[in-house]
Amino acid sequence: MSWEIVIGLETHAQLSTRSKMFSGGSTAFGAPPNTQANAVDIALPGVLPVANRGAVERAIRFGLAVGGEQVINRRSVFARKNYFYPDLPKGYQISQYELPIVKGGEIRILTKSGEKTVRLTRAHLEEDAGKSLHENFRDVSGIDLNRAGVPLLEIVSEPDMRSAEEAVAYAKALHALVRWIDICDGNMQEGSFRCDANVSVRRPGAPLGTRAEIKNLNSFRFLERAIEFEAKRQIEILEDGGKIVQETRLYDPDRDETRSMRIKEEAHDYRYFPDPDLPPLEVSEKWIDEIKAKLPELPEAKRRKFIDLGISPAQANLLTSSIQTTNYALLMFGGASKTNAPVFANWISGVLSSKLNEANLDISESRVSADQLRQLADRVEDGTLSGKMAKEVFDAMWAGEGTADEIIAKRGLKQISDSGAIETIVDQVLAANAKQVEDYRAGKEKAFNSLVGQVMKATQGKANPAQVNEILKRKLAG
Amino acid sequence: MLNASLKELSAALAQKKISGAELTKLFLDRISRLNGSLNAFITVDAEKSLAQAHAADERIAKGTAQPLTGIPVAHKDIFVTRDWLTTCGSRILSNFVGPYDAHVIERFNDAGAVILGKTNMDEFAMGSSTETSFYGPVRNPWGQAYVPGGSSGGSAAAVAARMAPAATGTDTGGSIRQPAALSGLSGLKPTYGLVSRYGMIAFASSLDQGGPIAKSAEDLALLLNVMAGFDARDSTSVERAREDYARDLEKPLAGLRIGVPKEHFGEGLAADVGKAVEAALAQLEKLGAKRVPIGLPSSGLSVPAYYVIAPAEASSNLSRYDGVRYGHRAKEYRDLADMYRKTRAEGFGAEVRRRILIGTYVLSHGYYDAYYLKAQKIRRLIANDFAEAFKLCDLVVGPTTPTVAFKIGAKAADPVQMYLNDLYTIPANLAGLPGMSIPCGFGAGNLPVGLHIVGNYFSEAKMLNVAHQYQKATDWHKREPDL
Repeated sequence: MSWEIVIGLETHAQLSTRSKMFSGGSTAFGAPPNTQANAVDIALPGVLPVANRGAVERAIRFGLAVGGEQVINRRSVFARKNYFYPDLPKGYQISQYELPIVKGGEIRILTKSGEKTVRLTRAHLEEDAGKSLHENFRDVSGIDLNRAGVPLLEIVSEPDMRSAEEAVAYAKALHALVRWIDICDGNMQEGSFRCDANVSVRRPGAPLGTRAEIKNLNSFRFLERAIEFEAKRQIEILEDGGKIVQETRLYDPDRDETRSMRIKEEAHDYRYFPDPDLPPLEVSEKWIDEIKAKLPELPEAKRRKFIDLGISPAQANLLTSSIQTTNYALLMFGGASKTNAPVFANWISGVLSSKLNEANLDISESRVSADQLRQLADRVEDGTLSGKMAKEVFDAMWAGEGTADEIIAKRGLKQISDSGAIETIVDQVLAANAKQVEDYRAGKEKAFNSLVGQVMKATQGKANPAQVNEILKRKLAG
Repeated sequence: MLNASLKELSAALAQKKISGAELTKLFLDRISRLNGSLNAFITVDAEKSLAQAHAADERIAKGTAQPLTGIPVAHKDIFVTRDWLTTCGSRILSNFVGPYDAHVIERFNDAGAVILGKTNMDEFAMGSSTETSFYGPVRNPWGQAYVPGGSSGGSAAAVAARMAPAATGTDTGGSIRQPAALSGLSGLKPTYGLVSRYGMIAFASSLDQGGPIAKSAEDLALLLNVMAGFDARDSTSVERAREDYARDLEKPLAGLRIGVPKEHFGEGLAADVGKAVEAALAQLEKLGAKRVPIGLPSSGLSVPAYYVIAPAEASSNLSRYDGVRYGHRAKEYRDLADMYRKTRAEGFGAEVRRRILIGTYVLSHGYYDAYYLKAQKIRRLIANDFAEAFKLCDLVVGPTTPTVAFKIGAKAADPVQMYLNDLYTIPANLAGLPGMSIPCGFGAGNLPVGLHIVGNYFSEAKMLNVAHQYQKATDWHKREPDL
């Protein structure tokens, strides 16, 4: 009998505000330890929190993007989560507990098995803790409070995913969305976007199994590996007749395994209660309307537009992976037909993407602009360039040699599509290669290719291959 | 000068009858003479105070003085003060020098007032007698075997003994009004949100409110004019137009309806206190006020509700004192948990530890609804009581405390008896209403009795008006202890 894997994700997206969630302290990454922690961040006696309007606005933007107005709580409450740890200066974290700012919503994902909707439970605002530094110290630990108070949106999904692939697709879609609506820079190395995965297994149709929570997965690959390892671990235990313990586990990428951090019995009693320093967060209709008006069209709507242009769902997904990619594509596609658009999309997902990857550049930094790429693609469509020549032109464009037309002219790459000219050359080639003509007529198909090669050689590759084929076939038949 | 009102001091400074430096010196001398026995101050720093006084004198000379410029004010050691030790009466902050100024301190500094010193208090403001201070108990200037009340007992003793013309305090359940009553002073706890809590070390955030302690209602008005005001750094600070709290002082009381809650005159009220308060009510009637009997039916639930909410908030507020970043840290420990345990066991006194434990308990999983949530509901009921009462009357008047000052040590072993001292004052904190206490006579042992006045939200000017009119007709507030 098979096992079903059940996954829910809790994602922490660092909101892209300049100042912290409850203080004016800077959120800049990478500063020397404790230089970005002010009196509020280090919890001096007497200091008080003030909620960051920009962070609240970003949370609302997220809510609008995943579920519209109805998922925004007009009144939400900041609560204290109490526990002692040296990197938690106040001895409590300000979070939202019973009343989060966003309740519900959904994320659409696409996997090999098709489209699927993952429901969101909630998204709430909270502050990050600092960081304990155990390296570079002897006998003591260091505390860096630069990160303490950085604003986070914790996005909690329902346990709707059934494979590591789906979990990764969800995480990627979420990652794309938070960048799309410009609330989080998505930098996973710097910890701006990190996931906790709740993983359990069950027999299909059975109630949910006991889950393990795997903490702090900061790359899609780790997320995938950790879930796969964890599911396998749980299945092995169950098949050996064992029981799963509810616990928090850590993924160790070096050993590619998860390890127990603490079991449920050791879990803290966080003693949540509403933070008396912060009045309930009231969100007015007017504010929501203002934020809504500024919200860009969402990836889902753009994706549908691409599909309407005849582009495959998978490629449409790719083109909507970031707002920059979409903007690039739309600029390039301007007025394209249903036949042309998929060809243009190939340019972006193929040649351009690999160049960008190679150079480690974002599409917004591409050395070939959307307009320029369109010109190049048009030259293929109108028969000026062969596919092979087009690749050469692209490389030259990337190297900064000019526009497609300039390069074609400069290098004399214009395809010969004048059928009269091609016919003359074909006649010459046929006359000079009597043996191959004979072979072909005797049924040797290979001889045909050799003849095409001769024609191309004679034209330095500039002859339109389709026309060459057509003319050759006609002449050989005649 | 030691007995002068703030208005008189301000005039004397303006007329150059005395300089700010001389005035500060006068009070510093009084402190050196009396503080040894009364223990009202934790920190006095003549050099710093005099530097401020000299700056004030320059301001007076330039003609840019404000009403409090050059006037020394003592501050409860709960207000973080730049470059001053700020201990909150606790060992855990016994080495903590303020790196910034509380909003209240900023306001006094901007007004040109002189910081005269930091006054003793119950540890983290948890107490009604100033006996829980790490720095030892404060003695009541009216009888040195007695407590001055608390937690702002140091501030009260300082003003009562004329070691300071005025002082600041904080009031979570009565900590301004009760010591004012027990020390023969006027004290005002403003509407919650009127005075910024920024830099005021938190005990119970939803209840804490700073306010002045002085010799008269008129002085309180001048002090509140400085202390009150919106502060964006405190999310519970109320944004509203500035007021002159002295504007209505001279209004006649004709037509004033004073509500007298029967619940505050029942069992537990000492006869001597009841008698003095009755006389004060009669005096107010003589001034034109009309007496209206009212009920505050949920009043009896206020002490239990308070002793759930305040410790709950405190247990969380005091978590930051962990020995990691500042303050006391145990010298020897095995590991992190041991460091926390020892630091906090050494750093906090018994009463603070008790409240942290109570607070932790009532917030714990499975108890939250039964305690914390229920207490919040009671809080609503108490606010509703007052809302009903204010349909019938303008102010609620009664005794501030059930008894006059008790002896040092008398209630130290019985926390519940100690807690009951704040029976009449706690409801105003739970409802967020302004409350004040003014002297209205003397009881057993020639110890002062306080009259408690609670007003509707933001009715401070009216309360001060009533108190001032009462003080114009009586001289209780002018009496001073024999020292």
